[in-house]
Amino acid sequence: MEFALTAEQRMIADTAAAFFHEKASLEATRAVIAGDGFDRALWRAGCAELGLAGVLAPESAGGAGLGMVEAATVAQAAGGALAAIPLLGAAMAVRALACGGSDAQQREWLPAIAAGDVVAVVIFGHGLSETNGCLSGALDPAPHAHVADLLILFDGARAFLVRSTDAGVRRERMGALDATRPLVRLVLDGVRAERLPGGSDAGQAAYRSGLLILSAEAVGGAEAALRTTVAYVRDRRQFGRPIGSFQAVKHRLADSAVDLEQARSAMFWAACAIDENHSEAELAVHAAKVFCADTFFSCAAEMIQLHGGIGFTWEHPAHLFFRRARSIQTLLGDSVFHREAVAALTLDAAS
Amino acid sequence: MKLGFSPREEAFRTDCAAWLNDQLSGPFSDIRGISNLVDRPGRRREWERQMAQHGWSCIGWPEAWGGRAATIAEQVIFAEEYARAGAPNRLNHIGVELIGPTILAFGTDAQKARFLPDIASGNIIWCQGYSEPGAGSDLASVRTRARLDEGQWIVDGQKVWTSLAQFSDWIFIIARSETGSVGQKGLSFLLLPLDQPGVTIRPIRQMNGEAEFNETFFDGARCDAADILGAPGDGWKIAMALLGFERGVSTLAQQMQFRNELDAVIHAARANGKSGDVLIRQRIADAEIGLRLMRYGALRMLSGADPTAMQGPALTYKIQWATWRRNLGVLAMDVLGQSGEMWPLDSDRLPLLPNLFLYSRADTIYGGTNEIQRNIIAERGLGLPREPRGDT
Repeated sequence: MEFALTAEQRMIADTAAAFFHEKASLEATRAVIAGDGFDRALWRAGCAELGLAGVLAPESAGGAGLGMVEAATVAQAAGGALAAIPLLGAAMAVRALACGGSDAQQREWLPAIAAGDVVAVVIFGHGLSETNGCLSGALDPAPHAHVADLLILFDGARAFLVRSTDAGVRRERMGALDATRPLVRLVLDGVRAERLPGGSDAGQAAYRSGLLILSAEAVGGAEAALRTTVAYVRDRRQFGRPIGSFQAVKHRLADSAVDLEQARSAMFWAACAIDENHSEAELAVHAAKVFCADTFFSCAAEMIQLHGGIGFTWEHPAHLFFRRARSIQTLLGDSVFHREAVAALTLDAAS
Repeated sequence: MKLGFSPREEAFRTDCAAWLNDQLSGPFSDIRGISNLVDRPGRRREWERQMAQHGWSCIGWPEAWGGRAATIAEQVIFAEEYARAGAPNRLNHIGVELIGPTILAFGTDAQKARFLPDIASGNIIWCQGYSEPGAGSDLASVRTRARLDEGQWIVDGQKVWTSLAQFSDWIFIIARSETGSVGQKGLSFLLLPLDQPGVTIRPIRQMNGEAEFNETFFDGARCDAADILGAPGDGWKIAMALLGFERGVSTLAQQMQFRNELDAVIHAARANGKSGDVLIRQRIADAEIGLRLMRYGALRMLSGADPTAMQGPALTYKIQWATWRRNLGVLAMDVLGQSGEMWPLDSDRLPLLPNLFLYSRADTIYGGTNEIQRNIIAERGLGLPREPRGDT
């Protein structure tokens, strides 16, 4: 038991933080969300310099062969920068293929995804019909599916690979609350699909990694929101003093700090539990998703409130954090859903 | 970063679990499961001595002073197994976890030789004298006075909320040793025997009906001139350093007690059908998540470079557990309904969960109120400007 980052893990975390600090900017994010919500320049640079898409991919496939702890620190850095990149899809797709793909599928897709040449997203759906190897049906709205080359679809224990440009794939990008991760409506109409042999293993691996990546992005977002707000209330003066000296203000931020420390613990707990295939893994990923997403939301909400009027403007980035926090809360199951999952594990298990 | 324990650590777990179970199902079965601080103090003293004789009383201490120089992981394991075995709350907690480490850090060789063996052996039980009627959240305004007179410190004043003073042998206090000094300056950290004419201890009955804490009066109480930690005037620094040790491994034993309390709530919910209530399920999930995050926060704190440093999870830990437990008390009553508000007329003690409901109101007050914790987190952790101070 050693519940602290190793020197190597610390270095990876620092490198990722430095990369996003240098290469990502809110100006760039604003330009991207006015377009299609995919920061291609940042994604290309991240894949080339950091191996962003291949953190979890095996070294034999050109990835870094690292674990969830490292992936979490990278996602934390990306989340802090509100990076409009398909990191979530890449992590889930890599895990799905690595755990449930055939050798041929792994050879075909893993190196390309790890290099960032192929953008992949994972979508959970239900009621897909399969006729002669062709799929039909509607899927849950999925973020970044409009820029994806590869769609990995799960329906119960069945899993499929679909090329997004194949005939019969209809994609409709929607106006989005969180334009850094636009949602896309997907309808399949007799689309050629390839089965993934290890469907249920792949599904669990993709789902858990997705929950962890979202949790980590939420931690990074919450950190950035809190940091920005603290800087503002130290600077902003009313009644002849910085507003951050008033208890009405500082106690709210202290509560955010208390939540944030717990969110960090949740993120690392879940990451370690997945990596070690620990008996707590299922509980940990649900717990982390609830706690980290809700913490990001409350930090982003405080960011608006404590900035006062300026925090409500389009110019100020607070709403970008607030929107993204809400979308993380919803993605892959909302907080009520994940709390119920924790309750089921806690209350309904044989004692 | 690693969650699991090594085979060697698991072997250590087996060892300590076996010893604890032997003792608590054998010679000490009568004190198994005591979760309050006041039952059977005599037997619990014997238990402290028994642990010491078998090398379990202060495993994190250096070997030279009766410890095992146990690793953090081993201390975590022992704390968990101690609680899992149903061993009683430790009468020697303040000695082993607070004043012992403080003497190790700040004591002279002579002080170490004089005090540490009696703590390690369980022969001397310590209590803590910080708060006063006029010095609660504003601890630096203590008024208890200490002056040197012919080779002795003479102490006059009053401490309050002195937990377990009625069962203790010695007390450590902060007292004003520089006449006319104010605030954190001019305080000294003194060590006093309680069994002397100048000390009077009066138990205070709490809202749950029990009396764990006391008023402690000093009226010309004495200790040797040498019984001061650090130099005169160093009292504040040492008092604060001692509080750093409070967030050590003992927090994990405390969490096992919380585990038992949450399990009692879960058990009650299953028994009366509230476990099917959607809102209760959401709240139990939050309680479960909060408890797990307490454990992993504590492990992060202990695995950090300096486990006593007041930063990160250490800074937020107090308000976190206190608030969690107070919420659990309310949840417990919501689960129990009226059956939590009545019990047999002849019971001499409240049942576990109603007691938790009442007792947990103290958690967000003692050891620094939630409001003071928020000030500390905001000022030291986030670097926000200090409150303007009033005249003292």
